Amino acid sequence: MPINREDDFEERRSHLEGLSDKELKARFWELAEDVIDPLIDLSKTHTSASIERSVLLRMGFNSLDAKAIVNQVVQADLLGKGAGHVVYKMAKKEDRSIKEVGLDIGNEKYDKEELKKLFDGGES
Amino acid sequence: MDLNPEKKIDIEEILKDIKSYRPRRRGWTWRKKVEDQKIGPFQYKETSEGLKNSVPLPAARSFNNIDPQPEPVITTEIASGRFEDDIRRMRMAAWHGADHIMVIRTAGQSHFDGLIEGTPEGVGGIPITRKQIRATRKALDYIEDEVGRPINFHSYVSGVAGSEIAVLFAEEGVNGAHQDPQYNVLYRDVNMYRSFVDAAAAKKIMASTGMLQIDGAHNANATARQAWKVMPELFVQHAINSMFSVKAGMPKDKISLSTVPPVAPPAPDLRLNLPYAIALRELFDEFKFRAQQNTKYMESSIREATVTHTLNLLLSELTSADLQSTITPDEGRNVPWHYFNVQAVDTAKQAFAGMDGLKDLIELKTDEGYLKEKSRELKERAILFMEEILEVGGYFQAVAEGFFVDSGEYPERNGDGIVREKDGGVAANSIVERDDDYMAPVCDHFGYNNLPEDLDKPCDLIGGCTLHNPDKIDFIDELDPEDNVEKRLEKTEDFRENDMVKPEVQWLGDGWVNITMFIPESEAVAEYASIEIAKKMNLNDPEVIHKEVMQPAEGTVCEVKGWVDFSIDKNKLEIPEKEEALPYDEIRGFVDENSLSVVAATVGKDEHSVGMREIIDIKHGGIERFGIKVTYLGTSVPISKVVDAAIETNADAILISTIISHNEVHRTNMKKLNDLCVEKGIRDDLILIAGGTQVNNEMAVKAGLDAGYGRGTHGDDVATFVVKSLRGDYNEEE
Repeated sequence: MPINREDDFEERRSHLEGLSDKELKARFWELAEDVIDPLIDLSKTHTSASIERSVLLRMGFNSLDAKAIVNQVVQADLLGKGAGHVVYKMAKKEDRSIKEVGLDIGNEKYDKEELKKLFDGGES
Repeated sequence: MDLNPEKKIDIEEILKDIKSYRPRRRGWTWRKKVEDQKIGPFQYKETSEGLKNSVPLPAARSFNNIDPQPEPVITTEIASGRFEDDIRRMRMAAWHGADHIMVIRTAGQSHFDGLIEGTPEGVGGIPITRKQIRATRKALDYIEDEVGRPINFHSYVSGVAGSEIAVLFAEEGVNGAHQDPQYNVLYRDVNMYRSFVDAAAAKKIMASTGMLQIDGAHNANATARQAWKVMPELFVQHAINSMFSVKAGMPKDKISLSTVPPVAPPAPDLRLNLPYAIALRELFDEFKFRAQQNTKYMESSIREATVTHTLNLLLSELTSADLQSTITPDEGRNVPWHYFNVQAVDTAKQAFAGMDGLKDLIELKTDEGYLKEKSRELKERAILFMEEILEVGGYFQAVAEGFFVDSGEYPERNGDGIVREKDGGVAANSIVERDDDYMAPVCDHFGYNNLPEDLDKPCDLIGGCTLHNPDKIDFIDELDPEDNVEKRLEKTEDFRENDMVKPEVQWLGDGWVNITMFIPESEAVAEYASIEIAKKMNLNDPEVIHKEVMQPAEGTVCEVKGWVDFSIDKNKLEIPEKEEALPYDEIRGFVDENSLSVVAATVGKDEHSVGMREIIDIKHGGIERFGIKVTYLGTSVPISKVVDAAIETNADAILISTIISHNEVHRTNMKKLNDLCVEKGIRDDLILIAGGTQVNNEMAVKAGLDAGYGRGTHGDDVATFVVKSLRGDYNEEE
């Protein structure tokens, strides 16, 4: 829906005309904040495969393993729990190291249901 | 490892034990400003600490080789596709004054879903991988020690693997990065939601290690049909990324706006670019500025690009630049070559040195008139832009409606902006809402994170994350047994180990050369003729990379590149040994004992006197200072008069200067001098020496003289030769 429009700057600016330079600057930054606030909120409440792989990298997995683990987590529809969370929970449950469990998840040693079950019962 | 300035950097040594390399520091480093610095005979207003090792500007020869370093960090972009060759180029650039090395990524990496590993060859850039980053950072550690100033290493955090790349960069001590979700959306067609969600995560990680962020607004300038009309939008793009970064946790002094002067000559450059630059710096005064150079209006002329870039530097000087980026002047003709990186860095260094303290001398009229009105207008147009973004329902809707990179000067709209669907693009529908019990047991994680209470830091849950314990990083060396640095190094062994020499422009042994020729023909004839000529010169794949009409019928200058398929064994070269000048006392002693005298003149119809005066005058450190008696006859002196004077004064030597080389007159003069001395029967009693810009020793000896000297010769060299000749040193050697 891109539009064509003549330059109507002179009419549009009438409400800005009376602003001092300082007020104009304040207006500029208020608007910038209004534009990006919804973007920041979206980012706080959402995640993605890349973000979850970045969590796994920080947990000590290499990029290939991180990718494999996230793929399994996505398959199990658990990305909203956090891929690192899935690995962490399984390691706790089985009393094994984060690394071993993560590699096993990546290597498909657990099926979807086993992964999902980690989050049944509400207790974390 | 300490680098030896006389030796090439050893890539194999750098790759050794790369698995255990750890970066020596994290985060960004600025130059250290020195107030009123005295360098050589001058007092500077705007310089930073000098270098331990560097290559000064060519004209520094006349100023005791001073090499003043400007205040802004100077950036050069290096990415030839092979990082092992780039490392050598980085060293060259660092010696000329670059302290921010930016590495462009290989084509397609932004759509690669994950990290690339190993060291495959890139196209138009480098595949950014852990091994490549480590090897480069490690090399830069050595290089920064060698030049004596920290070097910032930089690449890109974008694409569909942006968050992981941010972690990789944080782990490996990368000092700065481009990060701007708008870039993904507009130019890489990455889904807009995904791009912003990933960006917040990436920015938080970048902030955790003090990385400097550069935004991507300058791309709008490069993409827009008429770049000067996109100015209002540039403010908006800068504002969106800057505010988003602040709210993602990045401090303002680590957020740098990438700003390009939008137009270039023949447009009235400063009149259009200056109000924009001023308005931007007024609105974003709490942020940093990375002044980029114009690429939009770059053609294949090195000269034209250099002038545009010099004007860009003037704009930086008149406003401000925390980082001064440089664009290689050959970018309009090929993938940048080694020496053009160096030239671009030198252009910045030279211009800043020349403009040192300019703001103390002149003042911009920002209080009234054109500058004030125009910059105010631009700000208002930007504000109106953001108002309309909010009116239509926010940023994502505005992108979907083609607000951005429209060729109209907002609020004018030409209906040709970039349109992206909200649910379209690469990785569409790929963000997921975090559940109430979402958790990530790592540090510096942006957004909602349902961590247990009472943790010192999140990664305590897992016994530490890689940002706190680098030993946890799981290093992958190579994945491809063929496409890797070790295999490539095998192919260049001849040039690294076996003393073979081949010209190159980007890769060791690539063989490319560039030749310039003027063809007295029309453009079309000249172009094809120059290719035929290059073929006859045995250049392979010749290609005209620049042509410029001098006059439609009289001729065209052409630059042609091509590659040679031979190499030279450097051990078989006959390189004349440069003679060491004798110590002062030794020369002085001999002169005193033997009371030496010489006759000197510039001969023929030649009025150049500077070169000869440098060789003889006591105040230039010439031969007079050893007590040698000089009879100076002046300029345009006939050879016969010089010889007569030598006979009259019973001189030990004749020094002639012959600068003009038109029609080989310099050779004729030298030969004439010898012939006349032979004729008069005095040749054996006299040492005959010639000097001049086009003279060399071989040529002079061939003409029958005893020695010849070109540029860079000093009185010491000439005195040494005279003394050694008279002592008979050369006879003994024979």
